[in-house]
Amino acid sequence: MNDLRELYQETIFDHYRQPRNFGRLEGANRRAEGYNPLCGDKVTLYLQVEDGVIKDASFEGSGCAISTASASLMTENIKGKREADALHLLDKFHGLVTGTATADDLGKLAVLAGVREFPQRVKCATLAWHTMQAALANVEEPVTTE
Amino acid sequence: MMMDHRFQPLAYSDESAENQAVQRWRADFPILETNVHGKPLVYLDNAATTQKPLAVIEAENLYYRHDNANVHRGVHALSQRATDAFEAARLKVQRLINAASPNEIIFVRGTTEAINLVAQSYGRSRFKAGDEIILSRMEHHSNIVPWQILCEQTGASLRIIPINDAGELELEAYEQLLGPRTKLVAVAHVSNALGTINPVRAMINLAHVHGVPVLLDGAQAIAHLPVDVQALDCDFYAFSGHKLYGPTGIGVLYGKTALLDAMPPYQGGGDMIRSVSFDGTTYNTLPHKFEAGTPNIAGVIGLGAAIDYLTGIGFDALIEHELALLTYATQSVIDIPGLRIIGNALEKTGILSFVLDGVHPHDIGTILDRQGVAIRTGHHCTMPLMEHFGVSATARASFALYNTRAEADKLAAAIYQVKEVFGR
Ligand SMILES: Cc1ncc(COP(=O)(O)O)c(C=O)c1O
Repeated sequence: MNDLRELYQETIFDHYRQPRNFGRLEGANRRAEGYNPLCGDKVTLYLQVEDGVIKDASFEGSGCAISTASASLMTENIKGKREADALHLLDKFHGLVTGTATADDLGKLAVLAGVREFPQRVKCATLAWHTMQAALANVEEPVTTE
Repeated sequence: MMMDHRFQPLAYSDESAENQAVQRWRADFPILETNVHGKPLVYLDNAATTQKPLAVIEAENLYYRHDNANVHRGVHALSQRATDAFEAARLKVQRLINAASPNEIIFVRGTTEAINLVAQSYGRSRFKAGDEIILSRMEHHSNIVPWQILCEQTGASLRIIPINDAGELELEAYEQLLGPRTKLVAVAHVSNALGTINPVRAMINLAHVHGVPVLLDGAQAIAHLPVDVQALDCDFYAFSGHKLYGPTGIGVLYGKTALLDAMPPYQGGGDMIRSVSFDGTTYNTLPHKFEAGTPNIAGVIGLGAAIDYLTGIGFDALIEHELALLTYATQSVIDIPGLRIIGNALEKTGILSFVLDGVHPHDIGTILDRQGVAIRTGHHCTMPLMEHFGVSATARASFALYNTRAEADKLAAAIYQVKEVFGR
Protein backbone atom coordinates (compact mmCIF):
# COMPACT_ATOMS: atom_id res chain seq x y z
CA MET A 1 0.00 0.00 0.00
CA ASN A 2 2.87 2.36 0.80
CA ASP A 3 4.43 2.26 -2.61
CA LEU A 4 0.96 2.83 -4.08
CA ARG A 5 0.66 5.99 -1.94
CA GLU A 6 4.13 6.97 -3.14
CA LEU A 7 3.04 6.49 -6.72
CA TYR A 8 -0.36 8.09 -6.52
CA GLN A 9 0.37 11.37 -4.79
CA GLU A 10 -2.20 14.15 -4.47
CA THR A 11 -0.34 16.28 -7.01
CA ILE A 12 -0.68 13.48 -9.53
CA PHE A 13 -4.43 13.25 -9.04
CA ASP A 14 -4.63 17.03 -9.27
CA HIS A 15 -2.87 17.07 -12.63
CA TYR A 16 -4.77 13.97 -13.83
CA ARG A 17 -8.14 15.50 -13.07
CA GLN A 18 -7.29 19.05 -14.08
CA PRO A 19 -4.48 18.76 -16.58
CA ARG A 20 -2.71 22.06 -17.20
CA ASN A 21 -2.04 23.26 -20.73
CA PHE A 22 -4.58 20.83 -22.09
CA GLY A 23 -5.85 21.27 -25.63
CA ARG A 24 -4.59 22.31 -29.01
CA LEU A 25 -2.14 25.20 -29.03
CA GLU A 26 -2.84 28.03 -31.44
CA GLY A 27 0.42 29.25 -32.88
CA ALA A 28 2.26 26.00 -32.32
CA ASN A 29 5.07 25.36 -34.77
CA ARG A 30 6.06 21.91 -33.57
CA ARG A 31 3.84 18.95 -33.01
CA ALA A 32 4.37 15.28 -32.37
CA GLU A 33 2.24 12.32 -31.43
CA GLY A 34 3.11 9.73 -28.88
CA TYR A 35 1.49 6.37 -28.46
CA ASN A 36 1.86 3.69 -25.84
CA PRO A 37 0.70 0.48 -27.51
CA LEU A 38 0.66 -1.31 -24.17
CA CYS A 39 -2.29 0.61 -22.80
CA GLY A 40 -3.51 2.50 -25.84
CA ASP A 41 -2.55 5.87 -24.36
CA LYS A 42 -2.22 8.64 -26.90
CA VAL A 43 -0.72 12.09 -26.52
CA THR A 44 -0.35 14.91 -28.98
CA LEU A 45 2.14 17.54 -27.95
CA TYR A 46 2.18 21.10 -29.28
CA LEU A 47 5.12 23.44 -28.91
CA GLN A 48 5.72 26.99 -29.91
CA VAL A 49 9.46 27.40 -30.30
CA GLU A 50 11.11 30.74 -31.04
CA ASP A 51 14.83 31.38 -31.18
CA GLY A 52 15.53 28.07 -29.51
CA VAL A 53 13.17 28.81 -26.63
CA ILE A 54 9.95 26.94 -25.89
CA LYS A 55 7.53 29.83 -25.60
CA ASP A 56 4.44 27.75 -25.09
CA ALA A 57 3.43 24.10 -24.78
CA SER A 58 0.22 22.10 -24.60
CA PHE A 59 -0.97 18.55 -24.98
CA GLU A 60 -4.07 16.56 -25.86
CA GLY A 61 -4.92 12.93 -25.49
CA SER A 62 -6.23 10.29 -23.19
CA GLY A 63 -4.19 8.34 -20.76
CA CYS A 64 -3.78 6.94 -17.29
CA ALA A 65 -3.17 9.05 -14.21
CA ILE A 66 0.59 8.70 -14.51
CA SER A 67 0.90 9.60 -18.17
CA THR A 68 -1.60 12.46 -17.98
CA ALA A 69 -0.05 13.98 -14.86
CA SER A 70 3.42 13.61 -16.31
CA ALA A 71 2.39 15.37 -19.52
CA SER A 72 0.71 18.15 -17.57
CA LEU A 73 3.69 18.69 -15.27
CA MET A 74 6.06 18.55 -18.20
CA THR A 75 4.29 21.27 -20.16
CA GLU A 76 4.36 23.50 -17.06
CA ASN A 77 8.04 22.83 -16.65
CA ILE A 78 9.37 23.30 -20.15
CA LYS A 79 7.64 26.57 -20.87
CA GLY A 80 10.27 29.27 -21.13
CA LYS A 81 13.13 26.77 -21.28
CA ARG A 82 15.71 26.64 -24.02
CA GLU A 83 15.40 23.53 -26.20
CA ALA A 84 18.70 22.17 -24.91
CA ASP A 85 17.60 22.67 -21.30
CA ALA A 86 14.30 20.90 -21.95
CA LEU A 87 16.19 17.93 -23.37
CA HIS A 88 18.53 17.96 -20.40
CA LEU A 89 15.48 17.94 -18.13
CA LEU A 90 14.20 14.87 -20.01
CA ASP A 91 17.42 13.04 -19.17
CA LYS A 92 17.13 13.91 -15.51
CA PHE A 93 13.46 12.99 -15.45
CA HIS A 94 14.21 9.66 -17.06
CA GLY A 95 16.82 9.04 -14.39
CA LEU A 96 14.29 9.93 -11.71
CA VAL A 97 11.59 7.48 -12.84
CA THR A 98 13.98 4.64 -13.60
CA GLY A 99 15.72 5.07 -10.26
CA THR A 100 19.15 5.95 -11.61
CA ALA A 101 19.10 9.58 -10.48
CA THR A 102 17.74 11.63 -7.60
CA ALA A 103 15.05 14.26 -7.59
CA ASP A 104 17.60 17.05 -7.11
CA ASP A 105 16.28 20.34 -8.44
CA LEU A 106 13.47 18.67 -10.37
CA GLY A 107 10.95 20.68 -8.38
CA LYS A 108 7.38 19.49 -8.65
CA LEU A 109 8.41 16.72 -11.05
CA ALA A 110 9.75 14.88 -8.00
CA VAL A 111 6.19 13.67 -7.31
CA LEU A 112 6.73 11.13 -10.07
CA ALA A 113 9.65 9.51 -8.24
CA GLY A 114 7.31 6.74 -7.03
CA VAL A 115 7.23 5.34 -10.56
CA ARG A 116 10.66 3.79 -9.96
CA GLU A 117 8.98 1.05 -7.90
CA PHE A 118 6.70 0.23 -10.87
CA PRO A 119 8.91 -0.60 -13.85
CA GLN A 120 5.86 -1.41 -15.99
CA ARG A 121 4.74 2.21 -15.58
CA VAL A 122 7.96 3.95 -16.67
CA LYS A 123 6.61 4.10 -20.22
CA CYS A 124 3.50 5.91 -18.99
CA ALA A 125 5.60 8.50 -17.16
CA THR A 126 7.94 9.11 -20.06
CA LEU A 127 5.48 9.05 -22.98
CA ALA A 128 4.97 12.83 -23.10
CA TRP A 129 8.68 13.44 -22.66
CA HIS A 130 9.69 11.30 -25.59
CA THR A 131 6.98 13.00 -27.59
CA MET A 132 8.54 16.35 -26.71
CA GLN A 133 11.88 15.06 -27.93
CA ALA A 134 10.27 14.06 -31.21
CA ALA A 135 8.55 17.44 -31.51
CA LEU A 136 11.82 19.27 -30.95
CA ALA A 137 13.59 17.10 -33.50
CA ASN A 138 11.03 18.10 -36.16
CA VAL A 139 11.86 20.52 -38.84
CA GLU A 140 9.91 23.64 -38.07
CA GLU A 141 6.64 23.54 -39.88
CA PRO A 142 3.27 24.98 -39.09
CA VAL A 143 0.81 22.62 -37.49
CA THR A 144 -1.88 21.80 -39.98
CA THR A 145 -5.31 22.92 -38.85
CA GLU A 146 -7.52 20.34 -40.44
CA MET B 1 -18.33 9.55 -3.95
CA MET B 2 -18.69 8.72 -0.29
CA MET B 3 -16.32 6.22 1.23
CA ASP B 4 -19.07 4.14 2.78
CA HIS B 5 -18.82 1.35 0.23
CA ARG B 6 -16.57 -0.98 2.14
CA PHE B 7 -16.27 -4.35 0.60
CA GLN B 8 -18.78 -6.95 1.74
CA PRO B 9 -18.33 -10.48 0.43
CA LEU B 10 -21.56 -11.67 -1.15
CA ALA B 11 -21.42 -15.12 0.28
CA TYR B 12 -19.53 -17.13 2.77
CA SER B 13 -16.25 -17.18 0.91
CA ASP B 14 -14.40 -19.49 3.24
CA GLU B 15 -12.19 -21.98 1.43
CA SER B 16 -14.12 -24.84 3.05
CA ALA B 17 -17.31 -23.70 1.41
CA GLU B 18 -15.64 -23.75 -1.94
CA ASN B 19 -16.39 -26.63 -4.18
CA GLN B 20 -14.08 -29.47 -3.20
CA ALA B 21 -13.40 -30.27 -6.82
CA VAL B 22 -12.02 -26.81 -7.49
CA GLN B 23 -9.60 -27.16 -4.61
CA ARG B 24 -8.42 -30.43 -6.10
CA TRP B 25 -7.98 -28.83 -9.51
CA ARG B 26 -6.02 -25.99 -7.95
CA ALA B 27 -3.59 -28.47 -6.48
CA ASP B 28 -2.74 -29.59 -10.02
CA PHE B 29 -1.27 -26.16 -10.86
CA PRO B 30 2.04 -25.55 -9.08
CA ILE B 31 2.18 -21.86 -9.99
CA LEU B 32 -0.96 -21.11 -7.97
CA GLU B 33 1.22 -21.38 -4.85
CA THR B 34 3.13 -18.28 -5.90
CA ASN B 35 3.08 -15.04 -3.94
CA VAL B 36 3.35 -11.71 -5.69
CA HIS B 37 4.12 -8.54 -3.77
CA GLY B 38 3.79 -10.65 -0.66
CA LYS B 39 0.21 -11.68 -1.45
CA PRO B 40 -1.09 -15.00 -2.76
CA LEU B 41 -1.38 -14.90 -6.53
CA VAL B 42 -4.94 -14.41 -7.77
CA TYR B 43 -4.53 -15.21 -11.43
CA LEU B 44 -7.39 -13.71 -13.43
CA ASP B 45 -5.65 -13.26 -16.77
CA ASN B 46 -6.63 -16.59 -18.23
CA ALA B 47 -7.87 -15.19 -21.51
CA ALA B 48 -4.30 -14.08 -22.20
CA THR B 49 -2.88 -17.43 -21.25
CA THR B 50 -3.82 -20.17 -18.80
CA GLN B 51 -1.54 -21.72 -16.21
CA LYS B 52 -0.23 -25.23 -16.77
CA PRO B 53 -1.06 -28.31 -14.71
CA LEU B 54 1.76 -30.52 -13.51
CA ALA B 55 0.67 -33.16 -16.03
CA VAL B 56 1.60 -30.84 -18.89
CA ILE B 57 4.86 -29.71 -17.35
CA GLU B 58 5.82 -33.32 -16.67
CA ALA B 59 4.87 -34.51 -20.16
CA GLU B 60 7.31 -32.06 -21.74
CA ASN B 61 9.93 -32.85 -19.15
CA LEU B 62 9.61 -36.63 -19.64
CA TYR B 63 9.73 -36.26 -23.39
CA TYR B 64 13.02 -34.37 -23.21
CA ARG B 65 14.43 -36.73 -20.62
CA HIS B 66 13.50 -40.00 -22.28
CA ASP B 67 12.16 -39.76 -25.82
CA ASN B 68 13.68 -36.73 -27.51
CA ALA B 69 14.35 -37.32 -31.22
CA ASN B 70 13.16 -35.88 -34.48
CA VAL B 71 9.84 -37.16 -35.77
CA HIS B 72 8.95 -38.92 -39.02
CA ARG B 73 12.64 -39.28 -39.90
CA GLY B 74 14.40 -42.07 -38.15
CA VAL B 75 14.47 -45.81 -37.87
CA HIS B 76 15.88 -45.73 -34.36
CA ALA B 77 13.87 -46.36 -31.23
CA LEU B 78 13.74 -42.83 -29.91
CA SER B 79 12.57 -41.42 -33.21
CA GLN B 80 9.82 -44.01 -33.26
CA ARG B 81 8.78 -43.15 -29.71
CA ALA B 82 8.79 -39.43 -30.44
CA THR B 83 6.78 -39.96 -33.62
CA ASP B 84 4.27 -42.16 -31.81
CA ALA B 85 3.78 -39.61 -29.05
CA PHE B 86 3.49 -36.82 -31.58
CA GLU B 87 0.87 -38.60 -33.68
CA ALA B 88 -0.98 -39.77 -30.57
CA ALA B 89 -1.41 -36.12 -29.64
CA ARG B 90 -2.91 -35.45 -33.06
CA LEU B 91 -5.53 -38.10 -32.34
CA LYS B 92 -6.29 -36.42 -29.01
CA VAL B 93 -6.91 -33.14 -30.81
CA GLN B 94 -9.09 -34.92 -33.34
CA ARG B 95 -11.21 -36.40 -30.56
CA LEU B 96 -11.34 -33.11 -28.63
CA ILE B 97 -12.96 -31.27 -31.52
CA ASN B 98 -14.53 -34.32 -33.16
CA ALA B 99 -12.82 -33.92 -36.51
CA ALA B 100 -13.64 -36.56 -39.11
CA SER B 101 -9.99 -37.47 -39.61
CA PRO B 102 -6.63 -36.84 -37.91
CA ASN B 103 -5.40 -35.59 -41.28
CA GLU B 104 -7.57 -32.53 -40.75
CA ILE B 105 -5.48 -31.51 -37.73
CA ILE B 106 -2.57 -29.27 -38.72
CA PHE B 107 -0.09 -28.31 -36.01
CA VAL B 108 0.90 -24.65 -36.14
CA ARG B 109 2.34 -22.13 -33.69
CA GLY B 110 -1.02 -20.85 -32.52
CA THR B 111 -4.28 -19.24 -33.54
CA THR B 112 -2.41 -16.43 -35.26
CA GLU B 113 -0.44 -18.74 -37.49
CA ALA B 114 -3.51 -20.85 -38.24
CA ILE B 115 -5.40 -17.81 -39.51
CA ASN B 116 -2.42 -16.59 -41.52
CA LEU B 117 -2.14 -20.03 -43.06
CA VAL B 118 -5.74 -19.94 -44.25
CA ALA B 119 -5.42 -16.37 -45.50
CA GLN B 120 -2.28 -17.09 -47.50
CA SER B 121 -2.92 -20.63 -48.64
CA TYR B 122 -6.67 -20.62 -49.12
CA GLY B 123 -7.31 -16.93 -49.78
CA ARG B 124 -4.38 -15.81 -51.83
CA SER B 125 -4.82 -18.35 -54.59
CA ARG B 126 -8.56 -17.77 -54.87
CA PHE B 127 -9.57 -14.22 -53.97
CA LYS B 128 -9.56 -11.33 -56.39
CA ALA B 129 -10.59 -7.70 -56.63
CA GLY B 130 -14.25 -7.27 -55.76
CA ASP B 131 -14.36 -10.29 -53.47
CA GLU B 132 -15.43 -9.76 -49.87
CA ILE B 133 -14.39 -11.27 -46.56
CA ILE B 134 -16.80 -10.89 -43.65
CA LEU B 135 -15.38 -10.32 -40.16
CA SER B 136 -17.01 -8.92 -37.05
CA ARG B 137 -16.43 -5.81 -35.01
CA MET B 138 -15.25 -7.87 -32.05
CA GLU B 139 -12.38 -9.69 -33.73
CA HIS B 140 -8.93 -9.99 -32.21
CA HIS B 141 -6.28 -8.26 -34.31
CA SER B 142 -5.03 -11.69 -35.33
CA ASN B 143 -8.35 -12.28 -37.08
CA ILE B 144 -8.21 -8.87 -38.77
CA VAL B 145 -4.67 -8.16 -39.89
CA PRO B 146 -4.05 -11.39 -41.88
CA TRP B 147 -7.18 -10.54 -43.89
CA GLN B 148 -6.06 -6.96 -44.40
CA ILE B 149 -2.77 -8.24 -45.75
CA LEU B 150 -4.68 -10.61 -48.04
CA CYS B 151 -6.89 -7.72 -49.22
CA GLU B 152 -3.78 -5.72 -50.14
CA GLN B 153 -2.45 -8.69 -52.08
CA THR B 154 -5.66 -9.56 -53.92
CA GLY B 155 -7.82 -6.44 -54.04
CA ALA B 156 -10.52 -8.12 -51.96
CA SER B 157 -12.19 -6.06 -49.23
CA LEU B 158 -13.48 -6.52 -45.69
CA ARG B 159 -17.10 -6.24 -44.54
CA ILE B 160 -17.72 -5.92 -40.83
CA ILE B 161 -20.63 -7.38 -38.84
CA PRO B 162 -21.73 -4.70 -36.34
CA ILE B 163 -22.50 -5.39 -32.68
CA ASN B 164 -25.10 -4.12 -30.25
CA ASP B 165 -24.38 -2.44 -26.93
CA ALA B 166 -24.51 -5.71 -25.04
CA GLY B 167 -21.64 -6.88 -27.23
CA GLU B 168 -23.61 -9.31 -29.39
CA LEU B 169 -23.37 -9.63 -33.16
CA GLU B 170 -26.18 -8.08 -35.20
CA LEU B 171 -27.39 -11.11 -37.09
CA GLU B 172 -29.74 -9.30 -39.48
CA ALA B 173 -26.86 -7.11 -40.56
CA TYR B 174 -24.77 -10.23 -41.04
CA GLU B 175 -27.41 -11.71 -43.33
CA GLN B 176 -27.43 -8.52 -45.35
CA LEU B 177 -23.66 -8.64 -45.76
CA LEU B 178 -23.70 -12.17 -47.17
CA GLY B 179 -23.96 -12.20 -50.93
CA PRO B 180 -22.42 -13.29 -54.21
CA ARG B 181 -19.21 -11.35 -53.52
CA THR B 182 -18.67 -13.02 -50.15
CA LYS B 183 -15.79 -15.47 -50.29
CA LEU B 184 -15.21 -16.21 -46.62
CA VAL B 185 -16.59 -15.50 -43.16
CA ALA B 186 -14.05 -15.36 -40.30
CA VAL B 187 -15.43 -14.79 -36.80
CA ALA B 188 -14.55 -15.45 -33.21
CA HIS B 189 -16.36 -18.35 -31.57
CA VAL B 190 -15.95 -16.45 -28.28
CA SER B 191 -14.81 -12.83 -27.91
CA ASN B 192 -11.64 -12.35 -25.90
CA ALA B 193 -12.54 -8.84 -24.78
CA LEU B 194 -16.23 -9.40 -23.97
CA GLY B 195 -16.71 -13.11 -23.41
CA THR B 196 -19.61 -13.16 -25.87
CA ILE B 197 -20.35 -16.63 -27.26
CA ASN B 198 -21.35 -16.01 -30.85
CA PRO B 199 -24.21 -18.01 -32.46
CA VAL B 200 -21.77 -19.63 -34.81
CA ARG B 201 -23.92 -22.62 -35.71
CA ALA B 202 -26.61 -20.37 -37.19
CA MET B 203 -24.03 -18.12 -38.80
CA ILE B 204 -22.37 -21.05 -40.51
CA ASN B 205 -25.73 -22.25 -41.82
CA LEU B 206 -26.43 -18.85 -43.31
CA ALA B 207 -22.99 -18.69 -44.92
CA HIS B 208 -23.35 -22.16 -46.37
CA VAL B 209 -26.63 -21.19 -48.02
CA HIS B 210 -24.44 -18.85 -50.07
CA GLY B 211 -21.76 -21.48 -50.52
CA VAL B 212 -19.39 -19.46 -48.34
CA PRO B 213 -16.89 -21.24 -46.06
CA VAL B 214 -16.48 -20.14 -42.45
CA LEU B 215 -13.38 -19.93 -40.29
CA LEU B 216 -13.89 -19.85 -36.54
CA ASP B 217 -11.31 -18.27 -34.27
CA GLY B 218 -11.62 -20.65 -31.36
CA ALA B 219 -8.83 -19.19 -29.19
CA GLN B 220 -11.24 -18.27 -26.39
CA ALA B 221 -13.69 -21.12 -26.83
CA ILE B 222 -11.53 -24.20 -26.80
CA ALA B 223 -10.95 -24.38 -23.04
CA HIS B 224 -14.43 -23.28 -22.03
CA LEU B 225 -16.92 -24.96 -24.36
CA PRO B 226 -17.15 -28.38 -25.96
CA VAL B 227 -16.31 -27.90 -29.63
CA ASP B 228 -17.61 -30.29 -32.28
CA VAL B 229 -16.42 -29.17 -35.68
CA GLN B 230 -18.67 -31.64 -37.49
CA ALA B 231 -21.78 -30.54 -35.64
CA LEU B 232 -20.85 -26.90 -36.20
CA ASP B 233 -20.00 -27.74 -39.81
CA CYS B 234 -17.31 -25.04 -39.75
CA ASP B 235 -14.78 -25.17 -42.55
CA PHE B 236 -11.77 -24.06 -40.51
CA TYR B 237 -11.23 -23.87 -36.77
CA ALA B 238 -8.17 -22.26 -35.16
CA PHE B 239 -6.95 -22.39 -31.56
CA SER B 240 -3.86 -22.07 -29.38
CA GLY B 241 -2.56 -24.68 -26.96
CA HIS B 242 -1.59 -22.13 -24.32
CA LYS B 243 -5.19 -21.07 -23.77
CA LEU B 244 -6.25 -24.59 -22.85
CA TYR B 245 -3.68 -25.27 -20.16
CA GLY B 246 -1.09 -26.38 -22.71
CA PRO B 247 2.29 -24.98 -23.74
CA THR B 248 2.92 -21.81 -25.71
CA GLY B 249 4.13 -22.03 -29.28
CA ILE B 250 1.74 -24.77 -30.32
CA GLY B 251 -1.70 -24.49 -31.83
CA VAL B 252 -4.04 -26.15 -34.25
CA LEU B 253 -5.67 -25.44 -37.54
CA TYR B 254 -8.58 -27.73 -38.31
CA GLY B 255 -9.76 -27.73 -41.91
CA LYS B 256 -12.13 -29.93 -43.85
CA THR B 257 -10.19 -32.45 -45.92
CA ALA B 258 -11.60 -31.30 -49.25
CA LEU B 259 -10.54 -27.72 -48.57
CA LEU B 260 -7.10 -28.58 -47.24
CA ASP B 261 -6.44 -30.96 -50.11
CA ALA B 262 -7.14 -28.26 -52.65
CA MET B 263 -4.95 -25.68 -50.95
CA PRO B 264 -1.32 -25.04 -51.91
CA PRO B 265 1.34 -25.44 -49.18
CA TYR B 266 1.90 -22.53 -46.82
CA GLN B 267 5.63 -23.02 -46.28
CA GLY B 268 8.14 -25.20 -48.06
CA GLY B 269 10.72 -27.40 -46.45
CA GLY B 270 11.37 -30.80 -44.96
CA ASP B 271 8.50 -33.14 -44.04
CA MET B 272 6.01 -31.41 -46.32
CA ILE B 273 7.33 -33.09 -49.47
CA ARG B 274 7.05 -36.53 -50.97
CA SER B 275 10.00 -36.17 -53.31
CA VAL B 276 12.16 -33.27 -54.36
CA SER B 277 14.13 -32.84 -57.55
CA PHE B 278 15.23 -29.70 -59.30
CA ASP B 279 12.66 -30.41 -61.98
CA GLY B 280 9.86 -30.30 -59.48
CA THR B 281 8.64 -31.40 -56.13
CA THR B 282 5.65 -33.44 -55.15
CA TYR B 283 4.03 -32.52 -51.90
CA ASN B 284 3.27 -34.79 -49.04
CA THR B 285 -0.27 -35.74 -48.10
CA LEU B 286 -2.31 -34.17 -45.31
CA PRO B 287 -1.53 -33.15 -42.66
CA HIS B 288 2.20 -33.11 -43.45
CA LYS B 289 1.76 -30.89 -46.48
CA PHE B 290 1.19 -28.02 -44.07
CA GLU B 291 3.82 -28.96 -41.49
CA ALA B 292 7.13 -27.94 -43.05
CA GLY B 293 10.25 -28.39 -40.97
CA THR B 294 10.83 -29.91 -37.54
CA PRO B 295 7.71 -29.20 -35.55
CA ASN B 296 7.32 -28.19 -31.90
CA ILE B 297 7.40 -31.81 -30.77
CA ALA B 298 7.50 -31.15 -27.05
CA GLY B 299 4.72 -28.60 -27.47
CA VAL B 300 2.53 -31.09 -29.29
CA ILE B 301 3.10 -33.68 -26.57
CA GLY B 302 2.35 -31.07 -23.90
CA LEU B 303 -0.82 -30.13 -25.75
CA GLY B 304 -1.84 -33.78 -25.78
CA ALA B 305 -1.35 -33.89 -22.00
CA ALA B 306 -3.41 -30.72 -21.60
CA ILE B 307 -6.25 -32.25 -23.59
CA ASP B 308 -6.12 -35.37 -21.41
CA TYR B 309 -6.23 -33.15 -18.35
CA LEU B 310 -9.17 -31.12 -19.61
CA THR B 311 -11.21 -34.05 -20.78
CA GLY B 312 -10.46 -35.80 -17.50
CA ILE B 313 -12.27 -32.98 -15.74
CA GLY B 314 -14.98 -32.83 -18.36
CA PHE B 315 -16.74 -29.86 -19.87
CA ASP B 316 -19.91 -30.33 -17.83
CA ALA B 317 -18.14 -29.82 -14.51
CA LEU B 318 -15.97 -27.06 -15.86
CA ILE B 319 -18.78 -25.06 -17.46
CA GLU B 320 -20.93 -25.32 -14.37
CA HIS B 321 -18.10 -23.98 -12.24
CA GLU B 322 -16.99 -21.20 -14.61
CA LEU B 323 -20.53 -19.96 -15.22
CA ALA B 324 -21.35 -19.91 -11.52
CA LEU B 325 -18.12 -18.04 -10.89
CA LEU B 326 -18.84 -15.50 -13.62
CA THR B 327 -22.28 -14.87 -12.15
CA TYR B 328 -20.85 -14.55 -8.66
CA ALA B 329 -18.04 -12.21 -9.73
CA THR B 330 -20.41 -10.11 -11.82
CA GLN B 331 -22.75 -9.67 -8.87
CA SER B 332 -19.80 -8.83 -6.63
CA VAL B 333 -18.68 -5.91 -8.77
CA ILE B 334 -21.84 -4.70 -10.42
CA ASP B 335 -22.85 -2.37 -7.60
CA ILE B 336 -19.46 -0.75 -7.25
CA PRO B 337 -20.25 2.91 -7.91
CA GLY B 338 -18.87 4.12 -11.23
CA LEU B 339 -18.16 0.62 -12.51
CA ARG B 340 -19.48 -0.29 -15.94
CA ILE B 341 -19.26 -3.78 -17.36
CA ILE B 342 -18.31 -3.88 -21.05
CA GLY B 343 -19.92 -6.95 -22.59
CA ASN B 344 -23.29 -8.06 -21.28
CA ALA B 345 -24.18 -10.71 -23.81
CA LEU B 346 -26.74 -13.30 -22.75
CA GLU B 347 -24.36 -16.07 -23.72
CA LYS B 348 -20.97 -15.50 -22.14
CA THR B 349 -17.88 -17.34 -20.98
CA GLY B 350 -16.00 -16.30 -17.84
CA ILE B 351 -14.75 -12.92 -19.00
CA LEU B 352 -15.49 -9.76 -17.03
CA SER B 353 -14.39 -6.59 -18.79
CA PHE B 354 -15.05 -3.30 -17.05
CA VAL B 355 -14.21 0.36 -16.78
CA LEU B 356 -14.32 2.56 -13.71
CA ASP B 357 -15.31 6.23 -13.80
CA GLY B 358 -12.35 8.54 -13.47
CA VAL B 359 -9.78 5.75 -13.28
CA HIS B 360 -7.83 4.57 -16.28
CA PRO B 361 -7.68 0.76 -16.62
CA HIS B 362 -3.90 0.88 -16.48
CA ASP B 363 -4.06 2.38 -13.00
CA ILE B 364 -6.60 -0.25 -11.98
CA GLY B 365 -4.19 -2.93 -13.17
CA THR B 366 -1.28 -1.56 -11.15
CA ILE B 367 -3.28 -1.28 -7.93
CA LEU B 368 -4.78 -4.76 -8.33
CA ASP B 369 -1.34 -6.18 -9.01
CA ARG B 370 -0.16 -4.86 -5.65
CA GLN B 371 -2.92 -6.98 -4.10
CA GLY B 372 -1.68 -10.02 -5.98
CA VAL B 373 -4.61 -9.83 -8.39
CA ALA B 374 -3.42 -10.31 -11.99
CA ILE B 375 -5.78 -8.93 -14.62
CA ARG B 376 -5.23 -7.61 -18.11
CA THR B 377 -5.68 -3.95 -18.94
CA GLY B 378 -5.56 -2.35 -22.33
CA HIS B 379 -7.30 -2.78 -25.66
CA HIS B 380 -6.92 -6.59 -25.65
CA CYS B 381 -5.86 -6.51 -29.31
CA THR B 382 -9.39 -5.42 -30.22
CA MET B 383 -9.03 -1.74 -31.04
CA PRO B 384 -12.08 -1.55 -33.37
CA LEU B 385 -14.16 -3.04 -30.55
CA MET B 386 -12.86 -0.52 -28.00
CA GLU B 387 -13.81 2.23 -30.40
CA HIS B 388 -17.36 0.88 -30.54
CA PHE B 389 -17.68 1.21 -26.78
CA GLY B 390 -16.00 4.63 -26.79
CA VAL B 391 -13.13 3.54 -24.55
CA SER B 392 -9.42 3.20 -25.26
CA ALA B 393 -9.01 0.32 -22.86
CA THR B 394 -10.78 -1.85 -20.32
CA ALA B 395 -9.77 -3.84 -17.28
CA ARG B 396 -10.47 -7.53 -17.85
CA ALA B 397 -10.70 -10.36 -15.37
CA SER B 398 -10.94 -13.76 -17.05
CA PHE B 399 -11.61 -16.98 -15.20
CA ALA B 400 -10.39 -20.53 -15.55
CA LEU B 401 -11.32 -23.80 -13.91
CA TYR B 402 -9.01 -23.20 -10.92
CA ASN B 403 -10.45 -19.83 -9.91
CA THR B 404 -12.58 -19.59 -6.80
CA ARG B 405 -15.24 -17.40 -5.26
CA ALA B 406 -12.70 -16.34 -2.67
CA GLU B 407 -10.62 -15.01 -5.55
CA ALA B 408 -13.63 -13.20 -7.00
CA ASP B 409 -14.02 -11.61 -3.55
CA LYS B 410 -10.40 -10.50 -3.68
CA LEU B 411 -11.02 -8.97 -7.08
CA ALA B 412 -13.96 -6.98 -5.76
CA ALA B 413 -12.05 -5.95 -2.62
CA ALA B 414 -9.12 -4.81 -4.76
CA ILE B 415 -11.43 -2.69 -6.91
CA TYR B 416 -12.69 -1.00 -3.75
CA GLN B 417 -9.08 -0.36 -2.93
CA VAL B 418 -8.61 1.33 -6.30
CA LYS B 419 -11.43 3.67 -5.36
CA GLU B 420 -9.80 4.30 -2.01
CA VAL B 421 -6.43 5.13 -3.58
CA PHE B 422 -8.18 7.42 -6.04
CA GLY B 423 -10.20 8.94 -3.19
CA ARG B 424 -13.47 8.38 -4.96
C1 LIG C 1 -9.93 -14.37 -29.82
C2 LIG C 1 -8.46 -14.53 -30.02
N1 LIG C 1 -7.99 -14.75 -31.25
C3 LIG C 1 -6.67 -14.93 -31.48
C4 LIG C 1 -5.74 -14.87 -30.47
C5 LIG C 1 -4.30 -15.04 -30.80
O1 LIG C 1 -3.80 -16.19 -30.24
P1 LIG C 1 -2.24 -16.49 -30.28
O2 LIG C 1 -1.56 -15.23 -29.80
O3 LIG C 1 -2.07 -17.62 -29.33
O4 LIG C 1 -1.87 -16.82 -31.67
C6 LIG C 1 -6.19 -14.64 -29.17
C7 LIG C 1 -5.26 -14.57 -28.05
O5 LIG C 1 -4.68 -13.60 -27.67
C8 LIG C 1 -7.57 -14.46 -28.94
O6 LIG C 1 -8.04 -14.22 -27.72
